[in-house]
Amino acid sequence: MKLVKAVIKPFKLEEVKEALADIGIEGMTVTEVKGFGRQKGHTEIYRGSEYTVDFLPKVMVEIVVDDADTEKTTEAIVKAAKTGKIGDGKVFVIPVESATRIRTDETGPEAL
Amino acid sequence: MKIKKYLLALLLSSSALLMTGSLGAEEEATAMVTSAEAAVASGDELAGDYLALLEAQGEYAYAFDFFTTSMLWTVIAAALVFLMHLGFATLEAGLTQSKNTVNILFKNVFIISIGIISYAVIGFNTHYPGDFNGWISFGSFIGDLSGPGMDTFDYGGVGLAMTAYGDFIFQAMFAATAATIVSGAVAERVKLGSFMIFATILVAIGYPVVGSWHWGGGWLGGLEGGFYDFAGSTVVHAFGGFAALGCVMLLGPRAGKYVDGKIKPILGHSMPLATIGVFLLFLGWFGFNGGSVLSANPAGIGLVFTTTALAACAGALASIAVSWIFLKKPDLTMALNGILAGLVAITAGADAMGPMASIIVGAIGGVIVVFSIIFFDKIKIDDPVGAISVHGVVGIWGTLAVGIWGGAVFMTQLIGTLAVSLTAFIFAIIIFGILKATIGIRVSTEEEAEGLDICEHGQEAYPDFASSSR
Repeated sequence: MKLVKAVIKPFKLEEVKEALADIGIEGMTVTEVKGFGRQKGHTEIYRGSEYTVDFLPKVMVEIVVDDADTEKTTEAIVKAAKTGKIGDGKVFVIPVESATRIRTDETGPEAL
Repeated sequence: MKIKKYLLALLLSSSALLMTGSLGAEEEATAMVTSAEAAVASGDELAGDYLALLEAQGEYAYAFDFFTTSMLWTVIAAALVFLMHLGFATLEAGLTQSKNTVNILFKNVFIISIGIISYAVIGFNTHYPGDFNGWISFGSFIGDLSGPGMDTFDYGGVGLAMTAYGDFIFQAMFAATAATIVSGAVAERVKLGSFMIFATILVAIGYPVVGSWHWGGGWLGGLEGGFYDFAGSTVVHAFGGFAALGCVMLLGPRAGKYVDGKIKPILGHSMPLATIGVFLLFLGWFGFNGGSVLSANPAGIGLVFTTTALAACAGALASIAVSWIFLKKPDLTMALNGILAGLVAITAGADAMGPMASIIVGAIGGVIVVFSIIFFDKIKIDDPVGAISVHGVVGIWGTLAVGIWGGAVFMTQLIGTLAVSLTAFIFAIIIFGILKATIGIRVSTEEEAEGLDICEHGQEAYPDFASSSR
C-alpha cells in the first residue's frame, strides 16, 4: 500500500476529488494547510504598511491506495490540479506499513 | 404526474389564501371605519383628555406639542448614541486579533455601565454645575429630577426642550464615549484592572470637568466670540483621542509591531465586524449630532442630519482616494476610518455650516486621518484602531473648521481645542502614570503572546475547535 499525499491549490480540490472518484478511489482525507515552494509569497498592505505573506493557503489531499493503483492515482491528481502556472503544488508517494478498518478489524488492502 | 398534482394543490391553496387575505383586509377596513366613526361620536371625550393634559402644563400649555415632540426626539437620540457603543465594540473587536476579542468586548460592556452610573453619581452635576468658578466644581448624585421646573417646558425652554431626566440620559450616553475611545487605542496589551480604574476616573471626573468648561458655562464661553463646539469634536472626541495618546505613550507598542525599525502590521481578525461597527457608529451619529440640537426644531434637525451624512460620505471618499493614490491599494480599514473622520470633523459645526462646507470639512478630515495614522505608526505610537487620529487629530480639525466656515472666531477655537486636548493628555499621563508606577498597566510578554482572553478572562471568543461536539 502507498500513501499518496498531494498539496494542491485550494480551488482545484473539487476537480481533483471528481477525478479520483472517476478512477474508483473511495475515500480521502483533506486538510487546509499553508506553505510555500518556489512560488514564494506575495506582499499585502494593511493600514499603510506592507507585509509579505510567506505561507500561502493550500489544500493537502491524502489517499492510501493499493500498490497497483499508485500510478493512475498520481496521474489523475496531476491532470486535474494542473494550471500550468507556478504554485500548482506537488504529489508525494510514501510506503504504508499497515491499514486497519476500525469498524470491522479488516487489515491490509481490504481496509482501504 | 406527481409534480402536476403538487402544482395544482399549491395553486388552489394560494388562491384560497389570497381570497381570505382580501376578505380579512375588507373586514379590517370596515372595522376601522366603525372605530373612526365612534371616535368622532365621542370626540368631545377624547378632546377632553387632551385638554386636561394641556391644562396640566399651566403657563406652558402653548408649547406642549413642541415640548412633547422634542422630548421624544431626545430620548430616541439618546438610544441612538447608546447604539454607538455597540459600534465601538464591534469596530475594536474587528481591528484586533481574535485572541483578544473577549477582552475588548468586556471593556466595552464595562465602560457603558460605569459611564452611565458614574454620570448619575457625580458626572451630570459636575458637567452642569450651574453657577461656578468656570474651571472646576464637583457635583453630587442627581437625585430626583422630577417636579416643577424639571418636567415642564420651564426646564430649558425652546433651546433645551426636554425634561431634566431627558437631559440627563442623553448626556449620560455621551459621557461613556470618551472612555471607549481610549479602549481601542490601548487594546491587546493593557492590564484589565488598570484600564477599568483609569476609565472610571476618566469618565467620572476628567470628562465632566473638562466638559463643564464649555457646556457647563465655564471659561471657554468667555473667550472672544465664545468657543463653539456643537456636539463635541473637542470636548468628547479630541478629549478621548488625546487621553488615548497619553495612555499609549506610557504603555508602549504591542510586541512584534516594530521590529528592527520596521513596521510589522498586526492584522485585525474580522473586517466584517469592523464594517458593522462603523455603520452602527454612522447610524448612532445621527443621534449624537441630531440630538445635540436639543429640541425637535425642524430647521435644526434637517440641517444637522444633512451635514452629518455629507461629511461622513466625503470623509470616506477622500480617504479612499488618498489611500489608493499614496498607499497603492484601496484599503478598507482606511475607508472605514474615513467615514469616522468625516463624522468627527463635522461634529463641532454640524448646525453652523451648509452642505458645501460640510463636504469640504468631512473630506479634509478624511485626508488628515490617513496621513495621521501613517505618521503615528512611523513614530511608533501603536494605535490598533486609529483612535488617536480619528478622534484626537480630526477632532481638532473639526473644531478649527468652525472658525473657517462656521462663523466662530478662529483663535478662540484654537485656544479651546488645544486647552482641552492638552488637559486630556496630561490627565492621562498623570493618572495612567500613577497606575503604571503602582499596580502596572501592561500584561506580561507571555500573557500578551497567549492573548488576553485566556490570561485575563480564562475564556475564548471562538472556542469551536476544542469543544465541538460534532
